Amino acid sequence: MATSAAGHEPAVASAKRSGVWSWITTTDHKRIGILYGVTAFTFFLMGGVEALIIRAQLARPNGTLVDAETYNQLFTMHGTTMVFLAIMPLSAAFFNYMIPLQIGARDVAFPRLNAFSYWVFLFGGLFLSASFLFGAAPNGGWFGYANLTSKAYSPGLNIDFWVLGLQVLGIASIAAGINFIVTIVNLRAPGMTLMRMPVFTWMSLVTQFIVVTAFPVITVALIFLLFDRFFGTNFYNVAAGGDLLLWQHLFWLFGHPEVYILILPTMGIVSEVLPTFSRKPLFGYAVVVYSGVLIGVMGWGVWSHHMFATGLGPVADSVFSATTMLIAIPTGVKIFNWIATMWGGRIELKTPMLFAIGFIAMFILGGLSGVMHSSPPSDLQQTDTYFVVAHIHYVLVGGAIMGILSGIYYWWPKMFGKVLHEGMGKAHWLFMVVGINLSFFPMHLIGLLGMPRRIYTYDTQLGLDTMNLVSTVGAFILGGSFLIFLYNVWWTRKNGLRAGNDPWGGATLEWAVSSPPPEYNFSVIPQVNSRLPLWTANGLNEIPEVPPEPIHVPGGTYWPILTAAGILALAVGAIMHSLWIVLGGVGFTVFSIYRWAFEPFEV
Amino acid sequence: MDSSRKKTHRDSSFVVASLIVPAATLLSGCAGQYPQSTLDPASGFGTQLSDLFSTIFWWAVVVFVVVEALLVYAVIRYRARPGQEGKPKPVHGHTALEIAWTLAPAVILLFIAVPTISTIFRVDGTPESGALEVEVVGHQWWWEFKYPEYGVVTANELHVPVGRPLALAMTSVDVIHSFWVPRLGGKRDVIQGRTTRLALTPDSVGMYMGQCAEFCGESHANMRTRVFVDTEEDFEAWVAQQLTPAPPLDSLDGLVRQGAEAFTKIRDPANHSCLICHKVEPLAFGAIGPNLTHVGGRTTIAGGTIPNTPEGLRSWLRNPPGEKPGDLPGRSMPKIDLTDEEIEALVAFLQSLN
Repeated sequence: MATSAAGHEPAVASAKRSGVWSWITTTDHKRIGILYGVTAFTFFLMGGVEALIIRAQLARPNGTLVDAETYNQLFTMHGTTMVFLAIMPLSAAFFNYMIPLQIGARDVAFPRLNAFSYWVFLFGGLFLSASFLFGAAPNGGWFGYANLTSKAYSPGLNIDFWVLGLQVLGIASIAAGINFIVTIVNLRAPGMTLMRMPVFTWMSLVTQFIVVTAFPVITVALIFLLFDRFFGTNFYNVAAGGDLLLWQHLFWLFGHPEVYILILPTMGIVSEVLPTFSRKPLFGYAVVVYSGVLIGVMGWGVWSHHMFATGLGPVADSVFSATTMLIAIPTGVKIFNWIATMWGGRIELKTPMLFAIGFIAMFILGGLSGVMHSSPPSDLQQTDTYFVVAHIHYVLVGGAIMGILSGIYYWWPKMFGKVLHEGMGKAHWLFMVVGINLSFFPMHLIGLLGMPRRIYTYDTQLGLDTMNLVSTVGAFILGGSFLIFLYNVWWTRKNGLRAGNDPWGGATLEWAVSSPPPEYNFSVIPQVNSRLPLWTANGLNEIPEVPPEPIHVPGGTYWPILTAAGILALAVGAIMHSLWIVLGGVGFTVFSIYRWAFEPFEV
Repeated sequence: MDSSRKKTHRDSSFVVASLIVPAATLLSGCAGQYPQSTLDPASGFGTQLSDLFSTIFWWAVVVFVVVEALLVYAVIRYRARPGQEGKPKPVHGHTALEIAWTLAPAVILLFIAVPTISTIFRVDGTPESGALEVEVVGHQWWWEFKYPEYGVVTANELHVPVGRPLALAMTSVDVIHSFWVPRLGGKRDVIQGRTTRLALTPDSVGMYMGQCAEFCGESHANMRTRVFVDTEEDFEAWVAQQLTPAPPLDSLDGLVRQGAEAFTKIRDPANHSCLICHKVEPLAFGAIGPNLTHVGGRTTIAGGTIPNTPEGLRSWLRNPPGEKPGDLPGRSMPKIDLTDEEIEALVAFLQSLN
């Protein structure tokens, strides 16, 4: 370890850590966070373009922009991409970057596993998207209902891409989930008790528990489907005694907790942003935390509300209806606490705050339409129509994406040292709010007036031409708002205002260090004496600019990416029906894990 | 700063207005304009669902207005103003408030849960006594209807008498479909290996449009249906007509006879012959595609997507996969090399089947 005259420098000088190779071998949670963010945002743009093609097709009745098969591939990939390749990993970008900073740690518990998670995610996403190049993008819907996805009814490669891609992505999610649980439980700085943790970290912890418990369920469902398709088993073959509702139960047993995987982290982000810009602590911190935990637990007991139309019988319908309604209570409590946080505060309407307020405003609407679906008789007229499309987009675009953008504007200065331009940020927000409401609000009516979802064409007889056109215009405004964002990012890179440690006057630990933080995060381990260390006198010990003692920073490693490559090879071999490539992939994965395990501690 | 604050306010009031105005007009019901409206029910089943929806809807409107108003008020009232000194009072919470806003939604949910559960038990699909039983079979991508009581089998267009309870017993021969005629009530999935049920009593004469509501593959959008709610006399006349077999080949002449011959012609490959898949009593007994014995009496063909007119039939016969995308070997109608004369003859023959 080198020691300079000015003080102790990290073992590896940061000047050496640049270039593509340093990114490929990085184990720094902050760099991995940026990799997640950039990759996920790219997939988000892909999913957005898919959505715009869908809306262009539906702008007029009997649209002919794309044919039925292309349309089905587009909506399947739009859903799959947005859920697995955009919203989840955008949250993961924040988990990576912010959790260690918020709890006063120097990295995650397993930095190399963290790199592995990212590379597996990237390869899984590329594998899924590569299906377009073969004209065989998945076409069975993001929910992939059996038996439409069985070999008998979908003989092409499309569903193989989907099954294998999701399996690969599941590995990334579960590995990351375990990593963050261990990190949050074990690596908190002295004094950072659980009930002093920032709410974002809390909601992330709940999310990780859902990830590691829910993903095994879809993994099982997918293995059944994979065995049916590749080895001729009969899990979803009715003629051989299989049961089609088995898939639906397993899928939604994963799928509903998945909704909370998507929304809880952004509830955490909003719970950070609101206090900062109201200059007031979060109202009812403990209640917000407990309601988040409760949502996470209750999310396990509601899956059959996706299946009311299958005819589960009145008793099951009543039970699942009641559990679903109950979830509205902790959700409502959160909303009231957020409003109470602003109440009596001194609200600065900076861009992150606008997005947080927009999140609340639109999530309320998504929540209320959710209550309508919780009533099975009402849902019988709404499920599988555009009403549900409206609901899920208010929750996931008005909710999750608005929340993520709030986080992006809030933490951008921390991550890149420069503040995104306020004027452009506000323009982005305004266009987005208008776009969301113009695009998704009419869908409520379109659904109530009888338009099913997932149809590539509709008849002018339905009387829904104008509303569909309005919705399409809204979608393009929504899409266009991201051009402002992209330009803002470009502009800020050169011209953005330099951010100090704490440009917004935040209260949590990440604002105690420089922007961007040094590789080792904290020059000394923080001693936390308060839930809001930067807002409290003596809330935190002094964090000097230069480390008083040498800090060990792990070197880079390429074994995580190679292990991930082995898993990719396994999937590629499977889709090619090549046993040799599969075995090669398995062998390479095992070999890489072996080398990884015995990699020397010091590099 | 100032302008964006105003915009927050304006956007929210815009949302409120755009929610209530059209929704209120819709709930008050404007029939005809929207043939698949769930808000314009024509059966007791549909009415119960839309009544329940409207109860929940108005509760939702109340909650929406109150909570959004609180939000907007907070943003405006507590915005930072120049010249303010010091920090706001750091309030950390308030137990009584927390209890209040936990109980308030719980109470509202009770007002929704009670009518919900009582409705669930009233619309659970149990047929009423004396109901007309119809078996519904979902196919990729068309509906088959069987009337065991009369021995009638038809496709895509269901005829039922007004005022008589109707019991649908539904299953699928392939993937999952969902039977949905919005004005007659809620949808129910149609699943291979299971029998699912819907029970309803249509209360007004008319034609009701519907379509498959569960994504079922390439031509999911083209799997439509029409329900004709007839008067008692019209329904009986329709049944009587359905029970009449098509005239024997010998009795036909001219273009119709040529059409019948084209229909029954054994082509190469064999699965391009009409009679392999379709039934026309007593000429052909295929069972893969729709029964065409009385196809002339239907208003639409091809999964309810094409009007049953000479032009519609012609374009369908020329290129079925072009009209209804999706290639299901051995199950969907393939493109057959028919001569123009054969097409004209087939059109005449199919139109005569009534």
